[in-house]
Amino acid sequence: MEHIAHDETSFVRPAEVGEMELYHAKTWLGKYVFSQDAKTIAIQYAATAIAIGMVALVLSWVMRLQLGFPDAFDFIDPSSYLQFVTMHGMIMVIYLLTALLLGGFGNYLIPLMVGARDMVFPWLNMISFWVYFTAVVLLAASFFVGGGSTGAGWTLYPPQAILPGTPGSETGILLMLASLAVFIIGFTMGGLNYVVTILQARTRGMTLMRMPLTVWGIFVATVLALFAFPALFVSAIMMSLDVLLGTSFFMPAIMTMGNEADHVGGNPLLFQHLFWFFGHPEVYIVALPAFGIVSDLISIHARNNIFGYRMMVWAIIAIAFLSFIVWAHHMYTVGMNPYFGFFFATTTLIIAVPTALKVYNWVLTLWQGNIHLTIPMLFSIAFLLFFINGGMTGLFLGNASVSMPLSDTLFVVAHFHMVMAVAPVMVVCGAIYHWYPKITGRWYHEGMARFHFWVTFVGSYLVFLPMHYLGIMGVPRRYFEITGTSFLPDSAQTVNASITIAALVVGFAQLVFIYNLIFSAMKGKKAPGNPWNATSLEWQTEHTPPQHGNFGKELPCVYRWAYDFSVPGVEDDFIPQNVPPRTTTPEAAS
Amino acid sequence: MSTDAMAVDSLELKPGVAGFVDDWGSDQRAFKGVPWGKAMMWIFLVSDTFIFGCFLASYMTVRMSTLEPWPVPSEVFALSFGGAPIPLILIAIMTFVLITSSGTMALAVNYGYRKNKWVTFWLLFATAVLGATFVGMQMFEWSKLISEGIRPWENPFGARQFGSVFFMVTGFHGVHVSVGVLFLFLTSRKVFRGDYDTGRRGFFTWQKGRYEIIETLGLYWHFVDLVWVFIFAFFYLW
Repeated sequence: MEHIAHDETSFVRPAEVGEMELYHAKTWLGKYVFSQDAKTIAIQYAATAIAIGMVALVLSWVMRLQLGFPDAFDFIDPSSYLQFVTMHGMIMVIYLLTALLLGGFGNYLIPLMVGARDMVFPWLNMISFWVYFTAVVLLAASFFVGGGSTGAGWTLYPPQAILPGTPGSETGILLMLASLAVFIIGFTMGGLNYVVTILQARTRGMTLMRMPLTVWGIFVATVLALFAFPALFVSAIMMSLDVLLGTSFFMPAIMTMGNEADHVGGNPLLFQHLFWFFGHPEVYIVALPAFGIVSDLISIHARNNIFGYRMMVWAIIAIAFLSFIVWAHHMYTVGMNPYFGFFFATTTLIIAVPTALKVYNWVLTLWQGNIHLTIPMLFSIAFLLFFINGGMTGLFLGNASVSMPLSDTLFVVAHFHMVMAVAPVMVVCGAIYHWYPKITGRWYHEGMARFHFWVTFVGSYLVFLPMHYLGIMGVPRRYFEITGTSFLPDSAQTVNASITIAALVVGFAQLVFIYNLIFSAMKGKKAPGNPWNATSLEWQTEHTPPQHGNFGKELPCVYRWAYDFSVPGVEDDFIPQNVPPRTTTPEAAS
Repeated sequence: MSTDAMAVDSLELKPGVAGFVDDWGSDQRAFKGVPWGKAMMWIFLVSDTFIFGCFLASYMTVRMSTLEPWPVPSEVFALSFGGAPIPLILIAIMTFVLITSSGTMALAVNYGYRKNKWVTFWLLFATAVLGATFVGMQMFEWSKLISEGIRPWENPFGARQFGSVFFMVTGFHGVHVSVGVLFLFLTSRKVFRGDYDTGRRGFFTWQKGRYEIIETLGLYWHFVDLVWVFIFAFFYLW
């Protein structure tokens, strides 16, 4: 006969540190505005990120309108088009995805998943959000200053970023640089919190190799961010000095508007190196949390343990390490030494190995699983398709010789949108639906969610798949207008128009998504505490949504990994992490 | 049952490397006995190392890329005493002061752990004063260079990037020192008031302070010193 062991001391070590002291705010301001509860901060982060992300979404509509129907809209001129491109890219990459995945999901999930009462430095965490908020305000302010926001492209390459003639070279560029610097300061405060919470504040029994992959993904991405953002911070400072004080860090002697600019001896390539030393890890700052989250979604909704858990963890770490030594593959066209090109092409292609391992493991987790086609599962499968597609084109662009002719075409745009825009957004949507019952205590509207999924999934393919063909034909990126060129057939414009229509429809579906989130939070059906029968700790809380302090009187003890699904010989198809092991008593054996 | 076996075998440490790995990956804390603040400071300092690393790499790059000659450090940074210019004399004194402050800081950490309130207070206070002296001498050095016509955007002695990177990097380091001095004064005030003995809560964070905080502050202070050693080598000796 088997029974549950109650003597927990034989399975987990005694507590090493005392209980964390929490500050319970008494005022409305302290509870909802300057809250020190990671869950409230997470929602603040997510709401701000999604709000500014909607601005970037609208910008992409305007860009697509211009590309699909040139000359049809008077309010888009070449300058404003460049400004829209720039702001769309910067907002989506940094202010939406980075902030949402790390600030939003990181804050909400880390303490709950590792079994902590809160982040280890709640006050710093609160400040982190408000610094981020300030960065968003600075960024948004650049739309309204004289000359408008910067139109230098999201890479902000000097010299053109700060020379007259580029839109926003008066004030827009300065606000952008200031906003980035402020963002990095705020992120560092939050990031230190996430890392220390995961390293030093796990509950009893939560060993590193029992953490859900979501936590692993967010953890490694945060470490990446802490080491990569400094390069952007330094380049933002130096470029601000070039603009404000007339230093020449990035500015060579140069003619502008018929006059000699007052710069000499700087090195524009230095900026590109610094930028991409940040910029390439940034891709994985966005991707790794998505990798981690999607692993959990697939495992939970396929009722199958994740295939190759340790391999998944080491793949995340390997990708993170490699991402620091591939940055110059963004710079093949600057005329670098071919041996450097060879080095960076090699390291880039090596990244395909751990990444492919992860894809195989996701597919093998689905293999013979009991797949429930819930909304999170649909989004996870969509992620796999987009990611495989984007990964394949990455092999093209990673090779220096193949990348050259494709450089600065729509092929590149299609590639990175597939791999680091749509793919992580699929995970973000799936994750929001997955944790929505826990966060709000209510169900989202299933019909609206399915509508949102199918339109977004099919629509995104219709947007980005044809773009590859346009790119191979040689359609350049960031061009205001491509009509009237002899090397492009008229059908290229037809494709462009169809992409625009698909993009507008996809954008509309996101409004349905947001409406669903807001409406269901108030009017949705009540959700149970563990609707997906998931094993990780956030689903085992006493209250739904969890209260300040996350768990009840006592922190949970962890006895197993997060993937005990469909264990043979167990009645339920899942065993939560905090269920003690069963033992066979000697009397029963006899 | 395999999952249950996994749960049981983790309590005993294996010998050798396997045990080391198990211990590191064990539950609750990766770094046993390390307070949260100290772990945070170490990670922050690695991040800050990347910042200064990028600054110094950029300095080397622009020094290579500029076409004008780089000023000779022993001449630019010389001070005249009694008619004869002595190269690097101010920098030597500044460095001495800062390294000395590292010594008093280390002693303060030690006496803090012994909960010796008054010695800790005086050592922290001395560290803060030495740090402030360093910042003062740096202001003097800056004003001397500025009075000679060196600006971030121009330099009568050669490459204009000299002024740009010098003011930027020493300025960024100076901000680090100043922040350190501020926190040293604040912490010494807390020691003076006995906050770490009475468990008085912080004004902002509402958390109880402990003498361990002095070690965290010490880590930062030693780091700022270490960065100065690199700046010294790269700016004044190269």
